[in-house]
Amino acid sequence: MYKNAQDLMRQCAESGKRIWEIALENEMKLTGVSREKIIENFGVRLEIMFSSARKALKEKQRTKGGLIDGVAATQYSYSQGETLRGNYINYIMSLAYSCSEVNASMGKICASPTAGSCGILPAVLLGVMESKNVSREKTIEALITASAVGAIYTKNATVAGADGGCQAECGVASSMAAAAAVYMMGGDDEKCLDAAGFAMINVMGLVCDPVAGLVALPCAQRNASGAVNATIAADMALAGQIAHIPFDQVVDAMFKVGKMLPPQLRETAKGGIASTPVGKAIMKEIFG
Amino acid sequence: MNISLFDVVGPVMIGPSSSHTAGAAKLAKTARLIYNDKFNKVIFGLGGSFASTYRGHFTDYALVAGALGMSEDDENLRRSFDIAKEQGVEFEFVPVEIPSVYENTARITFIDGDKEFFVEGASLGGGRILVTNINGLACEVNATSPTIIVQQRDVSGVVSDVSKILADDGINIGIMKVSRTSRGDKAFCIIECDEIISEEVQQELRKVKNVLSVAVVNITSEG
Repeated sequence: MYKNAQDLMRQCAESGKRIWEIALENEMKLTGVSREKIIENFGVRLEIMFSSARKALKEKQRTKGGLIDGVAATQYSYSQGETLRGNYINYIMSLAYSCSEVNASMGKICASPTAGSCGILPAVLLGVMESKNVSREKTIEALITASAVGAIYTKNATVAGADGGCQAECGVASSMAAAAAVYMMGGDDEKCLDAAGFAMINVMGLVCDPVAGLVALPCAQRNASGAVNATIAADMALAGQIAHIPFDQVVDAMFKVGKMLPPQLRETAKGGIASTPVGKAIMKEIFG
Repeated sequence: MNISLFDVVGPVMIGPSSSHTAGAAKLAKTARLIYNDKFNKVIFGLGGSFASTYRGHFTDYALVAGALGMSEDDENLRRSFDIAKEQGVEFEFVPVEIPSVYENTARITFIDGDKEFFVEGASLGGGRILVTNINGLACEVNATSPTIIVQQRDVSGVVSDVSKILADDGINIGIMKVSRTSRGDKAFCIIECDEIISEEVQQELRKVKNVLSVAVVNITSEG
């Protein structure tokens, strides 16, 4: 059993195993479920993630309030032509948008770690898997690595926007995805955690301010930017940038920042983008 | 790490909110399994944040879907109002005050003619739930492992008869709690098990002397 990243890394060093293997063994002990069955369950979840990441690329979904209908198709169509950041990054953005659009339209998604942030991990896993020709097996190992990172936040901080703001949802998702991306690129465990730390540091303090209280605006945009942030953080770690602050201390800092956020910026729709004149007008239009 | 990886990457669910949609569906489905009888109307009493934000998160559709027996990942969840009509089930939503430390609470009342039965509980976030009251009896059921809820007369011997049946069928008891309304009256026995409870075992439990009712919630963390 591990209780934080330091513990996890110590067990990796002692056993010569990777993060995903330690996390998998922990899961077996915790739930009594066999190794094969756990990997099979991750495979099922990976397929649901990919299916939600592809569903809205060409087919506009209808969401409550209509605030994000068609965002994935718009970005996907743009990603096929001349772009500023390149086709690949725009494609990853469209995958994240797709999950958010599917989620807001009562479609099937896999929360990772939450429903509001369900686009980031699938977008990065699918985007990297396709562009770097990573095997399905290795992608599942990356998904388990990401889950282990998420479990550390769940245990030692929070993954609820109502408790810690958007940094606890899209921030954590981005952090998980950064670790997965490094793993898929062949980086070692230390670099996985460095990337997870960079991703969180980049968005620390991000507020949760959903317009009309709907999981749509700016959630969908933050899923797209969160996915890109994960790739930036992964590249920082892969380049060999020094993390300086240990991952566990980043998690702790995020938790404390979340507690300092006033309630208006924690999923109450009373601050930030939600409380702008247009944000309020949208709420009035949808709910009267 | 005492947190399952599937609680981090999961639940698989119909959007948009794990607490307001998935949790609501799971709570209502659990309530239906506990009630385990026919009904033609359901009243959903909504407390806390459920009462103020339920429309935006489709909490209403999720609750109806759960009461009809659907899981949080059932793609028919969005059609639950129509399906209820097709099945001749009426439903309504009313605000209620439920004293609770939790933010999202509901009281689900199943009605069959003049018979009523309610289950109270909360959505805890991330799709996790807690049933806090079964028809007037306080309890704590989180439905993460197969759970048996036995209602019995408060006399000696019932608990041992019940646990013998489970032992004979190779079912390991994880946690067992017995509580009662008042001495010698009705008692409840809530048993969390490691294995799925088969229909045969349920039938055997119903035959035990002084057992009034048996409900089984065969929900696991893998759905």
